[in-house]
Amino acid sequence: MDAMSLQRKKIHPHKYSLWIAMGSITMMFIGFTSAYVVKRAQANWFTFDLPVIFWISTLVILASSVTIQMAVKQFRNRNMQRYKQLITLTAVLGVAFAVCQWIGFKQMNESGLRLNGPASVSFIYVIVGVHLLHVMGGVAALLIMFGRAFRTRVRTYSAVPIEVAATYWHFVDGLWIYLLIFLSIAR
Amino acid sequence: MSNEATLHSQEAIHGAAHAHDHGHDDHHEHHEGGFISKYVFSLDHKTIAKQFLITGIIWAIIGALFSVLFRLQLGFPDATFPWLESILGHWAKGGRITPEAYYALVTMHGTILVFFVLTAGLSGTFSNLLIPLQVGARDMASPLMNCMSYWAFFLASIVMMSSLFVQTGPASGGWTAYPPLSALGDASIGSKIGMDLWLISMALFVVSQLLGGLNYISTILNMRTKGMTMTKMPLTIWSFFFTAVLGVLSFPVLLSGFILLLFDRHGGTSFYLSDLFVAGKALSNEGGSAILYQHLFWFLGHPEVYIIILPAMGMVSEILAVNSRKPIFGYLAMVGSMFAIVILAFLVWAHHMFVTGLNPFLGAFFVLLTLLIAVPSAIKVFNWLTTIWRGNLRFTPGMLFSIGFVSTFISGGLTGIWLGNSSIDIHLHDTYFVIAHFHIVMGVSAFFGTFAGVYHWFPKMFGRYLNNTLAYIHFWTTLIGAYLIFWPMHYEGIAGMPRRYYDYASWESFKQFSDLNQFISIVVIIVFAAQLMFVFNFFYSIFKGRKVTTTNPWSSTTLEWTTPINPGHGNWPGEIPEVYRWPYDYSKNGKDFVPQTVPLSPDEEKEGH
Repeated sequence: MDAMSLQRKKIHPHKYSLWIAMGSITMMFIGFTSAYVVKRAQANWFTFDLPVIFWISTLVILASSVTIQMAVKQFRNRNMQRYKQLITLTAVLGVAFAVCQWIGFKQMNESGLRLNGPASVSFIYVIVGVHLLHVMGGVAALLIMFGRAFRTRVRTYSAVPIEVAATYWHFVDGLWIYLLIFLSIAR
Repeated sequence: MSNEATLHSQEAIHGAAHAHDHGHDDHHEHHEGGFISKYVFSLDHKTIAKQFLITGIIWAIIGALFSVLFRLQLGFPDATFPWLESILGHWAKGGRITPEAYYALVTMHGTILVFFVLTAGLSGTFSNLLIPLQVGARDMASPLMNCMSYWAFFLASIVMMSSLFVQTGPASGGWTAYPPLSALGDASIGSKIGMDLWLISMALFVVSQLLGGLNYISTILNMRTKGMTMTKMPLTIWSFFFTAVLGVLSFPVLLSGFILLLFDRHGGTSFYLSDLFVAGKALSNEGGSAILYQHLFWFLGHPEVYIIILPAMGMVSEILAVNSRKPIFGYLAMVGSMFAIVILAFLVWAHHMFVTGLNPFLGAFFVLLTLLIAVPSAIKVFNWLTTIWRGNLRFTPGMLFSIGFVSTFISGGLTGIWLGNSSIDIHLHDTYFVIAHFHIVMGVSAFFGTFAGVYHWFPKMFGRYLNNTLAYIHFWTTLIGAYLIFWPMHYEGIAGMPRRYYDYASWESFKQFSDLNQFISIVVIIVFAAQLMFVFNFFYSIFKGRKVTTTNPWSSTTLEWTTPINPGHGNWPGEIPEVYRWPYDYSKNGKDFVPQTVPLSPDEEKEGH
């Protein structure tokens, strides 16, 4: 009786798909920022300063990128106790980033910068909001990692899920830095 | 061991080996025991291909039926059809389609056929069916994502379908959903909840396309069998690859445009709206620009043309070579021209916007880039013609539809040169010339490619043949009918007859086309009947068609014909075959064909194959 042979794969399919997905998400934000540039060139463009908390949230997400990278390293070294601590810290920082963004929205709203106000303000809500949705996707992945790390019965020691989550997390981090620089310069 | 027992044990091995192939963390181990997991939430790419095809066929019938209904209005603008009222109710009061219903039908016809049939139906079916089979993979890179891709499409279908049943009807602002009709709920009856459902459905559709596209690219680049280098891939695979690249890069931009549109509709923003009055009341929106939406829409909208036509091009290339018993002419030029088309597809969107007040200098730039696409397109046409030139042609239904594709692609492509020129486009814009052009080149051509694919790979999908007699009637009726429908429309367009007019006969200058429009509408009904005959042939043959008795019925060289007649999940029961040569070794060294799995002879190795 024949047995089926193994499938040749150069890179793990999930990692490959993630890279393509990140290209796709980048295109969506290119769409947003292109629309922003077009609108900015038109008359009656309203200029205002971004809430300071957006800069604080940047530090938070940068720190989370460092902790997740350390978590990946600890996972590869099978230092599971340290891995659990780092993945927990990353998840907390991820949630903290989301909270910071939410506070930023509240501050904007309270200072009269409303979603239905000038286009420059509307764009901030939409662009930062859609980025936040992508971050929440990452937070959900981190929480799954968190749950898996504390599961008593560990079926597998494959590093692929944490590596995929870490790559995505670095991506949303880099994307936020790009957006922040873009929105600060192209005011 | 009985046959049944052998089959079960083989399936168990397939499942186990396949799960092992993908690692323990992938969550797509196969449990093919139940009906639900085998036929509904299947992870097998071949079953998902069938799901896309059958859903696409259902949508095609609905989309085409809508065109028959609005052609009744265009062909017989003064007539009443009492039976229409019994079907459509208040949408056809007094037996005549109302203007609101007419615009809803036109909008849904375009949306359904462009997105749900020729994008999801065509690419979803054949990319799913052929990519793993032709590159030598057990399945897609992520079968779970592949399954989700279909179900996101299905959900999109349900939402779009449900919009047909809401009281205010479906969206009616055109398939392009231009604001302000799409952005203002009060703009028209079709701008209400129907428009919201349209947007939600399209967002789900984009998610489906992205999930599918990621899988196609990942599988092609990452999971080819041993020996299957990029230059040994069939042109079908190249075309699916380029299509997926176009999709994953352009659909997100459309999604960004839709998100802004949703905020305009429900968030009170003014991205696309400015200085508007509704029923004499000034709205608060200011500073918005509908042209911004057009930029974002057409950045997808133009690549969408190639998302539709590229898979058809790939399949036609394959079928022409197989049925000419000749190698494809200019393989690398074919790949290069597809690559050039992909690059240029992203750079020409503004030719849809020549009449929006575009800077003439910018317009000239877009004219140049648009006309440049004629070069790779011409290379492809030349290579198809050279492939069949002096071939030993077999006029199978697949071959006939492939030749029909080349014919309609040439005639539709030539009129594209007219419209690509801004100076001519300004006269022809929004006339029936445009309708005729894009229906021939991306409607009829793409359908011909699809039909060619269905007739050619039906034996692989279902282990049976379609009925040839019905297929020949289907082909000739459709080919002749398509030209009789769309050729006259070019003349109407040149004479200035505008598209989207509900009652053109109210204008004396367009009344002269009454007889012609009546003729077109009658042909539409005949062609629609021919498509129903195809649908009958399709479903009848799945169960009652002549059985396939050989694994390679077309004497083809590619890997899908090395699997069993009805391959299980995992495709090959043993080793995945190794590839040694390109897929077009026909009529070579005295042999009719040499499959890709046959090692090179010492002479061939010397020649550097």
